[in-house]
Order: sequence, then structure tokens, then C-alpha cells
Amino acid sequence: MTRRRWTTVALLAAATFLAACGSTTTQTQTGDEDTSGLEFTDMWVKSADEGMSAAFGTIVNTTDSDITIVSGTSAASTMVELHETVADETGTMVMREKDGGFVIPAGGEYVLAPGANHLMLMDLQTPILAGDEVKFSLDLDDGSSVEFTAPAKDYTGADEQYMPGE
Amino acid sequence: MSLDKASRGVGRRQLLIGGAVAAVGAAAAVGADRLDLGGDEVLVDAHGRETVRFHGAHQPGIAITPQAHQSLVAVQLDPGTGRDDVRRLLSVLTDDARAMMAGKPALADPEPEFARIPARLTVTFGFGPGLVRIVRGAQDVPAWLGPLPAYPIDRLREEWSGGDLLLQVASDDQVTVAHAVRMLVKDTRSFGTVRWHQAGFRRAYGSEKPGTTMRNLLGQVDGTVNPRPGDASFADVVWRDDDWLAGGTTMVVRRIEMLQDDWDRLDRHGRELSVGRTLDVGAPLTGTREHDEPDFDATTPVGFPVIPEFSHIRRARSDDPTQVMFRRGYNYDLGPRGEMASDAGLIFTCFQRDLEHQYLPIQARLAELDLLNQWTVPIGSAVFAIPPGAAEGEFVGEKMFG
Repeated sequence: MTRRRWTTVALLAAATFLAACGSTTTQTQTGDEDTSGLEFTDMWVKSADEGMSAAFGTIVNTTDSDITIVSGTSAASTMVELHETVADETGTMVMREKDGGFVIPAGGEYVLAPGANHLMLMDLQTPILAGDEVKFSLDLDDGSSVEFTAPAKDYTGADEQYMPGE
Repeated sequence: MSLDKASRGVGRRQLLIGGAVAAVGAAAAVGADRLDLGGDEVLVDAHGRETVRFHGAHQPGIAITPQAHQSLVAVQLDPGTGRDDVRRLLSVLTDDARAMMAGKPALADPEPEFARIPARLTVTFGFGPGLVRIVRGAQDVPAWLGPLPAYPIDRLREEWSGGDLLLQVASDDQVTVAHAVRMLVKDTRSFGTVRWHQAGFRRAYGSEKPGTTMRNLLGQVDGTVNPRPGDASFADVVWRDDDWLAGGTTMVVRRIEMLQDDWDRLDRHGRELSVGRTLDVGAPLTGTREHDEPDFDATTPVGFPVIPEFSHIRRARSDDPTQVMFRRGYNYDLGPRGEMASDAGLIFTCFQRDLEHQYLPIQARLAELDLLNQWTVPIGSAVFAIPPGAAEGEFVGEKMFG
């Protein structure tokens, strides 16, 4: 009985080790959410004629290690910033770049939503029209990158030039 | 915990397992909403969670027992709208419809909580001639897709007629309809403007046995002779099999004002003669039950037909058994107006494979003679092509772009 239990534990350890290996190696591939360990669900980007826009949705980490997104690019914008919305010392909600990027917790998810964390598109190259499919590429801290596509939707809120006051 | 780790690396599968767990969670939530009525447990929201499948050979809101509430919205596309614009519009609306019908919020819905109660929500799309012209060119707009012939009974108003894109939004919950319409219309606003909106209702869900023939606001049992979804004949009556419309159909929308104050002057016998059916159960005047076959040859002791020549059911009846349409009407009521105790009527809609053969002859006969015309006035009219259902990964009407 004891012997059998030890075998089981050993097998599990091996499996864990393999999974961990898979996790690190597959992240070096680009453009395949399944192997990066990140799943992008319900992603969308706000339509805009010019200036700035933002993308939202839920990023799921299917691995058992944290994954950190450090930067991004998009066909619609040469500069994609990782933003958070926080209260400053006066209580005013302000946007700012997220220090250290977005850390997607192991086995967890990271929600991007209007008024909260979001992918900010600066200085749009072309208008984003409702129904457009906008491609994004996000760089991870291990040097790999992942891609996803988000449809554009008209949205009255998430006016990123508007800073909600007290 | 360790077993969990051992299964890592199968991301997609794990998400599926996650989905299954979520479904169990939802079931548990239903259980939590049970209402304790002193021993009689009632599932408060079991019906509210009921969904209709979006994808399939046909669009969802036709071959279905009519929901209690329905809104029709006709959108007029902006001048200069191009083929790619229509494609983008239909992609967005398809995604909205698919999500909301499944009880999930549409992307970017700022009020996602509404989506939890679809209550058999269906969103069905129709295309007017203007939209088809943009996508396929004027030469490919079917002859039947345009205004109906002008009938002498018509008092049509622009504000209730025409339209490039039809949204038919139906649910057993009016709150759901309101939110779904708002969500969809918001997503049409950069492509066009709302030309008209017609909100209709039937009996509330649960008031009658589902599938009971509706009663219109003149008090008549309305729609007895109607193919039923699931009948052997239904597919033949409704679904087309040609080109980009294969699996689709044609739709007529007629807004029919009912002159209820005038109707009040008519006694009960006169009311029954005008239709040819009894008011209580909707039986033909020669029968006792709703679905009894009318005997148009039966005469009164003094030799008059029991079912008058001018009655609605006599005039609507065709000798050609292929002249059949599938009706899906809803009442409307705008409430009292001026001296009128009510401004109300019927949002008549019908679906048929071949509009010219199945609908036009019947409409022409009724326009020519039907006693009921004295109390009913068509004030709106529109015709739409109903594309087939969308396969997974497709948007509604995608085959039209082929």
C-alpha cells in the first residue's frame, strides 16, 4: 500500500514537471493561444475614428504559473499601452500605465473592462469601425508573444480622454 | 490539487471542464431561486432561463410557438452605405443575437445582467430591397422584394412602411425584449437610423396553454387556419430552396389599425357574421369547435349561406391548397388617444416561401371584399427577405455575399 502511494506521487511529480516544461517551451511560440497558456475570451475594442481607443475582455491563464504581459502592438496603433485605472490621493480615478505589466495569475483570469484595466491604443493609424476585426500582439516577459483578434464595437462609455472626477 | 496539475497542458479541454462546472453552478443557482409556497415549491425563473438555438438551417424566430412579446425594428441604412459596411453591420448584430439568445451578454453590453433571463429570446433578421441592392446589385433584387401592390383599402403611412433591415426580437419577457432591442439598435446607429418600431404582445406566458390561437383586440380568435411548426406541411409552406435564400423565406409586415370604437356599434351576431366564426371559441358558424372545417355550402332556413360570402374566412379561403401562408401576428396598443378609447390593432406578419403565389392572391381577394375591412385599416406595409440561419462561425446573410 505504501509502495503504491509513492509510485502515484512520483508519477504526479513527473506529470507536473512535464506540464511545467510544456508551459515554458510553448510560450516561445507566437500566435497560438492554446500553447501560450493564455486564452482570450469576449475580447472587443471600442470603435474610434482617430486618437485613442481601448480593448477589453478576459484573459485566462490555463497554466499553473503566473504569466506577465509587458507590452503590446496592434495593426490599428503602433503604441499599445497596458493601463490601470486607480484612485489618486484625492480620490479621483485616473488612468496610468500598469507597473510591471499585467500579471495573469496561474489558473486564474485577468479582466479588462471600461473604467478598469484595459489595453490602450494610442494614436490610431486608421479609424476602427464597428465590425472590424482588430489584431493584437502581446509581448510576454519571457520574450515570447501571443496574438488575438477582437471585433470592434460602438460604445459610448470608455471615453479614455474623460477622467471621471469626484 | 496534484491531479489538477497533472492535467495541465490541455488548455482547451480544461476550459471545457470549466464550462461543465459552470453549468452545474447555474443549475445550483436555479435551485437557490426556488420559491417556498408552504410546501409547493415553484421554480421561479426556470422559464426565464429557457433558450432557443441561434445557429441552424433556418433563423430562429419563425418555426417556434410565438413568444408573448415581440418588437419589430426597421432600420434605414445611411446613404452611401457599401457592401463592406453591411458585412460589418451583420457581423456585429449576429454576434449580439447569438450571445443574447444563449443567455449571455452581448459584447460591450453595459448592463450584462439583463442577459441572464432570455425567456426564449429570438432575434431574426430580414433584408429589405435596399440592403439586397447594396450587397448584390439592383439586378439581383427579387421582383417580390419591394412594396406590395397598392390596395384600395390601404391608408399606408410612411412612418410604418418599408425599411432596409428588419430586426424581429421576441421573448416571453418584455424586459428582455426592451434590452435586446436597445443593444441591437445601438449597434446599428453608425450604419443607419430607425425607420419604425412596432411593439406587439400576445397573452402573457403561462396565461394559456402554449400554442393557443391568439385573440386579437377585436376579440376574435385570430389564426386558426395556420400551419404549425412541426407540421409536415410547414416546411413546404415556409422555407425556400433557391440560392442565397435557401433555408430562408419571405416576410410581409402589415400594421392594421382596428377601429374598435366603430366595432363597438356592431352587435355580437354581426361581429360573428363579419368573420364567419363564433367569438367564444372561434368555431366556424357551421361548427362547434375551433378547428371544425367550415361548411361554406350550408344555408339558413331562408336560403342564405350560414357563412356569408362577404365574411373574412370565406374570402381568405382559396380553392388552391398551395395558397397558404404562415401567420405570426401580434396585438399592438398605443392606449387611448383623443376621443378614441384605444389606438390599437394588429401587427400582422406572415411567412411564405413564394410571396407572389401564396400571399398576393389572398391579399387581393380580401382587399376586394371582406366585411372586416370596415373595421380594419392597413396603415403600414413592408416586405423582407429572410435569409437562412447562420452556421457556426457565419454571420446571418453571409451567403448573400457569395
